[in-house]
Order: sequence, then C-alpha cells, then structure tokens
Amino acid sequence: MATILAVDDSASMRQMVSFTLKGAGYDVIEAEDGQKALDKAKVSAVDLVLTDVNMPIMDGIELVKNLRTLPDYKFTPILMLTTESAGDKKVQGKNAGATGWLVKPFNPEQLLATIKKVMG
Amino acid sequence: MSVDLSQFHQVFFEESYEGLDVMESALLNIDISEIDDETINEIFRAAHSIKGGSGTFGFKDIAEFTHVVETLLDLIRSDQFEMKADHVDLFLKSVDCIRTMINQLESGVSCDMEVADELKAAFNRLLDGEDAANGGSNQVDLNKTDESQDNQSNAEGWQIYFKPELDILRTGNDPVRMFRELSELGELSVIAVTDDIPSISDIDPEACYMAWNLTLFGSATEEQVNEVFEWVVDESELVITPLILQRDSIEEDQDTSASEDDAVSEHKTTIIPDDKDETVDKEVADEQQSPTKKIVAKKEVKTESASIRVGTDKIDDLINMVGELVITQSMLEELGKEFTIENLPKLMEGLAQLSMHTRELQENVMRIRMLPISFAFSRFPRLVHDMSKNLNKKVELELLGEQTELDKTVMERIGDPLVHLVRNSLDHGLELPEQRLAAGKDEMGKITLNAFHQGGNIIIQIIDDGAGLNKEKILSKAIDNGLVSASDHLSDDQINDLIFLPGFSTAEAVTDISGRGVGMDVVRRNIQELNGSVEVESTEGEGSVFTIRLPLTLAILDGQLISVGEQVYIFPLVSIVESIQTHDQMIHRVSGGCDVLRLRNEYIPIVKLWDVFNIKPKHETVEDGLLVIVEGDNIKIAVLVDDLLGQQQVVIKSIRENYRPVHGVSGATILGNGTVSLILDISGLIKLAGVGRDTYKKVSDTNDTEAA
Repeated sequence: MATILAVDDSASMRQMVSFTLKGAGYDVIEAEDGQKALDKAKVSAVDLVLTDVNMPIMDGIELVKNLRTLPDYKFTPILMLTTESAGDKKVQGKNAGATGWLVKPFNPEQLLATIKKVMG
Repeated sequence: MSVDLSQFHQVFFEESYEGLDVMESALLNIDISEIDDETINEIFRAAHSIKGGSGTFGFKDIAEFTHVVETLLDLIRSDQFEMKADHVDLFLKSVDCIRTMINQLESGVSCDMEVADELKAAFNRLLDGEDAANGGSNQVDLNKTDESQDNQSNAEGWQIYFKPELDILRTGNDPVRMFRELSELGELSVIAVTDDIPSISDIDPEACYMAWNLTLFGSATEEQVNEVFEWVVDESELVITPLILQRDSIEEDQDTSASEDDAVSEHKTTIIPDDKDETVDKEVADEQQSPTKKIVAKKEVKTESASIRVGTDKIDDLINMVGELVITQSMLEELGKEFTIENLPKLMEGLAQLSMHTRELQENVMRIRMLPISFAFSRFPRLVHDMSKNLNKKVELELLGEQTELDKTVMERIGDPLVHLVRNSLDHGLELPEQRLAAGKDEMGKITLNAFHQGGNIIIQIIDDGAGLNKEKILSKAIDNGLVSASDHLSDDQINDLIFLPGFSTAEAVTDISGRGVGMDVVRRNIQELNGSVEVESTEGEGSVFTIRLPLTLAILDGQLISVGEQVYIFPLVSIVESIQTHDQMIHRVSGGCDVLRLRNEYIPIVKLWDVFNIKPKHETVEDGLLVIVEGDNIKIAVLVDDLLGQQQVVIKSIRENYRPVHGVSGATILGNGTVSLILDISGLIKLAGVGRDTYKKVSDTNDTEAA
C-alpha cells in the first residue's frame, strides 16, 4: 500500500491525519517540521506528501521547494494543508511546486476524498 | 469510514496549552519599540495551530475567536498594522480567554463567550480601522459557494477545453488522474489535441505539450467540474461550457463579485446575533443536562491528571535496560539449571549484574515522572508582569535552573505555595520605585527564582532585593497576637520564622494580592505535606530569601534501617546528621524534662523510641544503645535505638491513604524479607515526643498564664 508522509507541527493534527490514513490502509510516516520531513523523505519511499504550511524550523513552502529538487520527488504529489484566509500561501505553494491543497478545517472524510483524488 | 475525533481532544488540549504558554512568554518578551519578526511569527504560529486544531476538532467558538486574533497577528506580521503596548495587553487577555475556553471544554462545559465576545469586538474594531476587507474574507467565500450552488443548471453535460501549463507534471498533478475523476461524474469522452507537440528532438520528456477536448455527459454541476481542476486552473487554459446553453456563466460570475462588498457588511450584522442565539441555546441545554454533564467533567479531569508526556529518549533508555535485565535473567536461569559449586563466582557475578540493572531500571523509571521545573516557573513572568502593573512597582524577574527536574506530583503541588511566596515578595518585599530610589537602590526591583539539586533534595529559592523582613514589626505583632511572650529571647532566625505561624499577617491593609486569609502557615503546611521544608533568611534593607527544600520524589526514599526490640523502623537518610555511641558525661538529665545530649556545645533533646512507641527494647538506657541524631524543622533530636541495620532505598506506601494519618510515621514499606516496616517522620516524631520548639513555647505560655 502507498506510503504517505504527514507533516504538521501540531501533534493532534498529526495523530488525526495519521489515524485516518492508517485506517484507510495507507502507511504513514510522521514528521513535525519541514526539516525532519525532508530528512525522512530522503531515506524512505514516499508516494504522497501531506504538509502543513506554518511550521517552525522549515515551513511547508520551503519543504515543497526542497523536495522538488530531489530526483525521487520530481513528480510526487504534494498537498498543502492551508487555511481559507491564507490565499497567498496557496500561490506561493503552487509556485514552489505543490500539487494542491486541502483547506483547514477538514474532517477525515474530506481528507480521504482528497487523498483519493491524487492517489487514484 | 468514520473516525471518532474525540480521541484526539486530549492531545489537542495539551498542545493548545503549550501553544498558549509560548504565546504568553513571547508576548511578554516583546520589545514594543523594536518588534522582532521571529517573535511575532512564533506567536502567529501558535495561534494558527490552535485555530486549525479547534476547527478540525469541532470547537467552533475557539476557532472563531482565534481567527480574529490570528488575522490581526497576520497583519502585524506583514507590517500592515503597527503593534502598540496596549495591543500586547489585548493579546495577553486573548491568551487567557482561549485558555479559559479550552479549560471549559476540557471539563465538559460549554464555553462562556462573554469575555470572548468583548475581546472579539475589540479586535474587530482594530481590524475595521486598518483593513476592513480582510475580516470579511470568509463571508465572501461562503457567498460564492452559495451562488455557485444556485448556479446548478439543468445542463445535460459540459464541454471542456483543457490545456495545462508545460510544467504541470512537475507539480505532481496528472491530467489522466483528473480525467478519471471526471469520469466518475458521468460518461466522459476525451479527444487529445496534439498540435503543440514539438518535433522529437525538441521534446522535454518531463513537459506536457498536450491539450484536451473533453465532453462530460450527465448531471454533474459546474462546481463539481471546477473542483476537479481546482489546483491547476490558475496555470491552465480551461474553458467550461454547458452542453445546453442556458445562461452566460461568465456574466453571472461578474455579478457575484460585484455584489460581494455589500454582502460582507450584511453578513457581518446577521452572523453575530445568530451566534449569540446559539450560545444561549447551548446554555439552556446545559442546564437541563447538568447532572450528566458534571459526571462527564469529572471523568475527563481524571484522565488529564493520569497522563504524562515522556520524552522518547527516556523510553528508549528503559527499553535498553529491560533488555539488559532479560539477558541477565536468562543467564541466571541457565546457571541454575545445572548448578555446581564451581559456578559460584559466576552466580555471584550474575547477581551483582542483576542488582545493578534493577537499580538502573528503577532510577530510569523514576526519571519518567520527572519534569523540568520550568513547568512550574512558566506562569511567573505573566504573574509578575500583571502584578507589578497593579502595584505600580517596577520588577525584573529572573528564572534560574529551569531545567532542574522534579517529580510530577511534587511539581503539581508546589505550584500554589510558590505563587503565594512570589506574590508575597512582590507585595510585601519589594518597595515602590520612590522608596527604592530614596533608599539608594535601583528603581527596578528584582525577584529571582532559583532551582537546583542538593543531595537528594531539590532546593527552590525565591529571592527579592526588597526591604527585607521588619523584625521589630514581626515581633510586636507576634506578641500582640499572643504567639510569643515579650520575655522570650528569640534569635533573628526565630523571629523571621514567626511569619510561618498560623494567624500571622503584617500587611497593613488587606490588599487584592496577598492577605487574603491564606497565610504563610498554609504555605509551610503544604510544603511539609510534601516532606519538604521552607525557611526564610532576611537582611533588613537588602531583601529576603525564601528557601524551599523538597524531596525529589514522593515514591522512593533512601532509608536507614534501625531496630528497637523486635521492630525495624526506617529513618529518611537525608534527615540523619550523625550516629554516635555515647558515654555518661555527654548526657545531662534535666529535672522535670527530658534528657539532653551535649554534643560539641549544643544541647540536643534525647527521644527514646521505645518510650514513644511503647515497645520493649533490648536496651532501655541511653548508655547501652545508640543515638541517631536527626534533624527536622530545623530542630535536632537524638533518637535512642538498639541498633543500626542497613541502608537501602525503600518504596513508600502511604498509610494515610490506606488507613489514616499516624503521627510520627510518614509511611510504610515492605522489606526484602517480606516484613512491613514503618518510615519515621522526624517532624512528627519531634511533636509526638514533646521536645519541639512549639512545646517549649507552649510550656512557657502555660507558665505565663499560671503566673498571671
């Protein structure tokens, strides 16, 4: 089954996302900031990245930029978890190479529907 | 699949509290004249996480409130709004408000929105002044959605032309995936437009040169179709036309955006009363269900205190150690199978290893309960900030030794006494700026909280550079209150110690801050219940130092085993000063009182344990037994015992919880041979034996009354 890298500095969001995805049969790798996510992405085979935008150390936009420079992550779907009010973040994210976004707050059903959209 | 979100609530509450602490301390650190981007970012991030989490987990009230806080922070962050000192206070109040709301949620009651609404109004006033459009962004979106739902036409399908940007694949988007999604909405026909594909030598294999003409049959709405292309629409050429032309959808869109501005203000006015209605409804519902609600609240509180967050390094250490233990155990088992006397050294070695691993394991398990004292210290910057403002004093707070670790239970119970002592120092210790200047001191007072380990104890000091204790005032007050008699000759330390007596308060007026009926005696009692002690040292004009001494943990104690007759008792090792064998010249018999031991020019009352506990000893006289000199509450006593046995760590079992409080005994433990042994409480023993300072004082009191 596909492996998803879930990146969020909030433990409760991470747990919720991870629990939902695992329940749907995905393997989940968790990371709490962009830098840790990047380190984990380099040593694991990840099929999809799900990242928060506002994080300490390395934010979601930087993470997307960095991931896209890695040959293994040239085409990997990367979804950003953003809030409605952060319109410019969507643009920044897209410019950095993000695939799409999921607007917070979302419920587990919406999360799975969005994942399905990119994973098929 | 449905996921029960409530299982994540506790984690959300915990991280929100952490986030609020971060916000608070960052807000307190802000230098308003030179706002540092990283600090604002930190505050913003914390607010943002709380908003995101509360939205996700269905806490609408918090999400809405945090949204306005976050919006203003975002404006500050992007330099569109200038932050002033009173804004800091507004944010601090919001932090309190969110904390209260989370607290209420945690204990299962609905949020009290009164303060939140007030603050929200204050934020909205600021936002309206600076950037009216921003506050309304959510409503605009709602509006749009409404419109597009209205737009549901009776089209029998859609004609779509889609030409993505060359780089589409490099963003992880894949047209094939989108078409598959479309095909789920109805029957789809796809015709590829290959006109723009260059000659093979010019092809970049990672680029997408294709375009598509798609026809989707069925009842899918335009919104559904748009959603498929949501992520790529800005960078692609996308034309969506209904198969049956009903109305001009482009014109419709323009109408929508034109009416947006009006809609914003309309929505704002209608939404606020709606919210209020809802809160009222909730409150009514709560009242009706109050019995069940209360039970829920109780239950949740219990789970809260039952969980503890532990660093993974500590867990890893434990697992390592358990591994070692298992290896040793299997080695011993192997040895035991065919044991011969030649293997004795091996057995001894194995047992030594076993004891080492057990000890290490024990130490590490204890470490799990240890938290850095910063958990208890973290509330003080805010407390001092608020209080100094109220009192018109200028105060600098210094925290030292924040990483010093302390048992979680001790930490929870030391919080209130600490707050009381800090308040006391601020209120009574530090002088007003004018007074300080007049006394030749810096206008800015200083309070230091210091924590460090000393032996098996943790020491916490509250140091202020204020006026110090006024000994004359204390003494006259104590005489007025009948705590001491005027004829008593008290040392400076003894006078200072009077402030810890019940019913003592020198505050000239009952202020808002201290003097609320909870005196220093309660502080001392709370600390003593933790097997700790509190003392004060003070120099008039220079300041005071309150020193709290606490055991690192309440669960395990280094004990000295002693025997009296058949019984084995345990002294806490930390309380033992020395043990001596006496001879006649050292003992002085006081007529009508107890015997005292003269040791290096100090007279120490002798307590015969067999007498106190009414048991039969091996040696009744002081000369035949041993004297263990122990100290508690700053009083030394020499305890007569038959013999000193070993020293060992003992696990404390509470007698109070399982039976009832017993004077002179702080707990019990089970020894290696399976027998139960009582752990002696030195302060209690002093009282029980009637040799403490209190008793002397009482004796003198009664003498006075008799004389009078």
